[in-house]
Amino acid sequence: MLVSKKKTPIPEQDPKERIKNFDEVALGYTVDLALEEAERCLQCKDAPCIKGCPVNINIPEFIRLIREKKFDLAIKKIKEANNLPATTGRVCPQETQCEAFCTLKKIGEPVAIGRLERFVADFELQKGFETPKIERRNDKRIAVVGSGPAGLTCAGDLARMGFEVHIFEAFHEPGGVLIYGIPEFRLPKRIVRAEIEYVKSLGVKIFTNIIIGKTYTIDELLKEYHAVFIGAGAGTPQFLNIAGENLIGIYSANEFLTRVNLMKAYKFPEYDTPVKIGKKVGVIGGGNVAMDSARTALRLGAEEVHILYRRTEEEMPARYEEIVHAKEEGVIFNLLVSPIRFIGDEKGYVRAVELQKMTLGEPDNSGRKRPIPIPDSNYIFSLDMVIVAIGTVPNPLIAKTANDLTFTKHGTIVIDEKTGKTTKERVFAGGDIVTGSATVISAMGAGKIAAKSIMELLLNHNS
Amino acid sequence: MYKILKKEELAPGVKLIEVHAPLIAQKAKPGQFVILRVNEKGERIPLTIADINLNLESIIIVFQEIGKTTKLLGKLREGEKILDLVGPLGTPSEIENFGTVIGVGGGVGIAALYPILKALKEKENYIISILGARSKNYLIFKDKIEEISDEIYLATDDGSLGHKGFVSDVLKSILDSGKKVDRIWAIGPTIMMKVISELTKPYGIKTIVSLNPIMIDGTGMCGGCRVNIGNKTMFTCVDGPEFDGHLVNFDELLLRLKTYKEEEQTALKLLEEGEGSKVVSK
Repeated sequence: MLVSKKKTPIPEQDPKERIKNFDEVALGYTVDLALEEAERCLQCKDAPCIKGCPVNINIPEFIRLIREKKFDLAIKKIKEANNLPATTGRVCPQETQCEAFCTLKKIGEPVAIGRLERFVADFELQKGFETPKIERRNDKRIAVVGSGPAGLTCAGDLARMGFEVHIFEAFHEPGGVLIYGIPEFRLPKRIVRAEIEYVKSLGVKIFTNIIIGKTYTIDELLKEYHAVFIGAGAGTPQFLNIAGENLIGIYSANEFLTRVNLMKAYKFPEYDTPVKIGKKVGVIGGGNVAMDSARTALRLGAEEVHILYRRTEEEMPARYEEIVHAKEEGVIFNLLVSPIRFIGDEKGYVRAVELQKMTLGEPDNSGRKRPIPIPDSNYIFSLDMVIVAIGTVPNPLIAKTANDLTFTKHGTIVIDEKTGKTTKERVFAGGDIVTGSATVISAMGAGKIAAKSIMELLLNHNS
Repeated sequence: MYKILKKEELAPGVKLIEVHAPLIAQKAKPGQFVILRVNEKGERIPLTIADINLNLESIIIVFQEIGKTTKLLGKLREGEKILDLVGPLGTPSEIENFGTVIGVGGGVGIAALYPILKALKEKENYIISILGARSKNYLIFKDKIEEISDEIYLATDDGSLGHKGFVSDVLKSILDSGKKVDRIWAIGPTIMMKVISELTKPYGIKTIVSLNPIMIDGTGMCGGCRVNIGNKTMFTCVDGPEFDGHLVNFDELLLRLKTYKEEEQTALKLLEEGEGSKVVSK
């Protein structure tokens, strides 16, 4: 049978329409489209795709089940490895993970594994998920710090293994970056909430408004729990450290997105948290968070939104799909420029940025070509709002109060990557607090590894 | 949910609530704060912890009804509940035996100053308190502070009690009297803290201020509360809220505090109109 070289397209909202709303951009496969795409899978015996999946989903198997229209079984198969499939089906960088290894890539586009994952996850959410029976309980209790992707995955896996698991979340709503960071049009909050309900249905208890490092320390948790998993994320925004950075109208992406996503500032004054929106907005950075910020600003009514990035599109860390979506929506890309200083008016509002032009040199230690400033190339670029999206570093609160945990000079926690073990007894860690800002799925992979190690530590130890 | 055990009106528009929050009460130290959200659609606002009641496992918060959130908070009655409360946040005050300490408090800042002076008194410092407000009705916590002070001075804008004028006038006359002062805490409106810091700088006395910028998460995550301290950007929520007043860029902070002035007025207006319509519909 001849296999189509192209992925089955996923229906999307028209860009002209979608910039006026926060509804999801990609609408998802229908049954027919999902079947059409599933047919493309070659069912390779050695399944190279699984190698590219940080949580090792049995990809050919779930696609085979879709082909047989056994959607219930397909989602069960995914959930053996992944507690949050509707989320990962939407936000995973599949092009660099599972799909990068797909055999079909040799002749054209890989199987749209992410879209198929999303299809079965949504299929289940629509009719209500089934809670697996948790067969055995032991008397061991685990504390999980942070309710983002790493914490939810670790907690879900441990609950399935029969442990009592308590998650502690600093915000008033669980979900971490899935709630405060990723916008509604890319990951609807009802999807995140439904997946959190699923994790809770496995027996996990979530306590909100508890800050580890303040309300409780890690040492206090160790008195009450047999093991602790730290999945607190990399929540502290980095700034450029240039003049004028504290002018009014300059936000970190974290602040801007938290106001909009978690606090619903787009509904002000129905909701009490406000957000400023400029007419001409500059977003500094080239990652997914920069794209999310730019597209959010457009939807909130900005007339012009500019990405200001110091390399070229090729080096941008954002997913290709997000770059395409941003462009379709009218985000303007200003490449090879770097901010030198911000200029404000007498009331303290940002009014312009001085940019310096860049050129690319040899690759640096990130493997990307290094941006080199071009002398005397500076110019003034007027704008009235700035979102700084140049990455985050781990939150310092845990570091300040945890004894015998070892940190790198970047503030990340040192672990043994194979086990997730920290240098402190019975304490494990994973996700952005270990790697610095990375992907949802890599955090989930780390949560899984730690869950397995915790099980080995606590169950083998006593047997 | 966090139950309000007690509520009092200390001055017109200035309220005290005692909130049941055992975990926070056990941990809170002088100088720390909480963030609360009154209801589902509410914003998160930071408020300093004014006292702790270990028996009732509760914390005491004093606030002035200025914006929508503080007005909504002020409407809650004893027995009613606050939706979210998180803390204790921020780095605690440095409490040591310094020798002679002057505490300068302005308006509701007096309540924030109280637990710090109390702890300093326990460390056997000689405590001089200078409290200021618009008029005598607004001199909250006066008796509580008097109890722990070796000397107390009052100042009111209208002269209804104590010195007619500013706390800075009183402070200046004490400093000029040649008294040896080892450390100063100044907590109150940002402009007051600026004036006090400028006043004490030539005397070379370390002056601690407690900043109250716009804040969201309180855990170092949003960067909204960033302040310029000695030309370094710091986050008030985790690095503060107390800083060396001589290093704070107050002018920048004063500008940033005005960021949402318009929005605050809109929210307040809608709240008041909403109430108006409710009254009519009855």
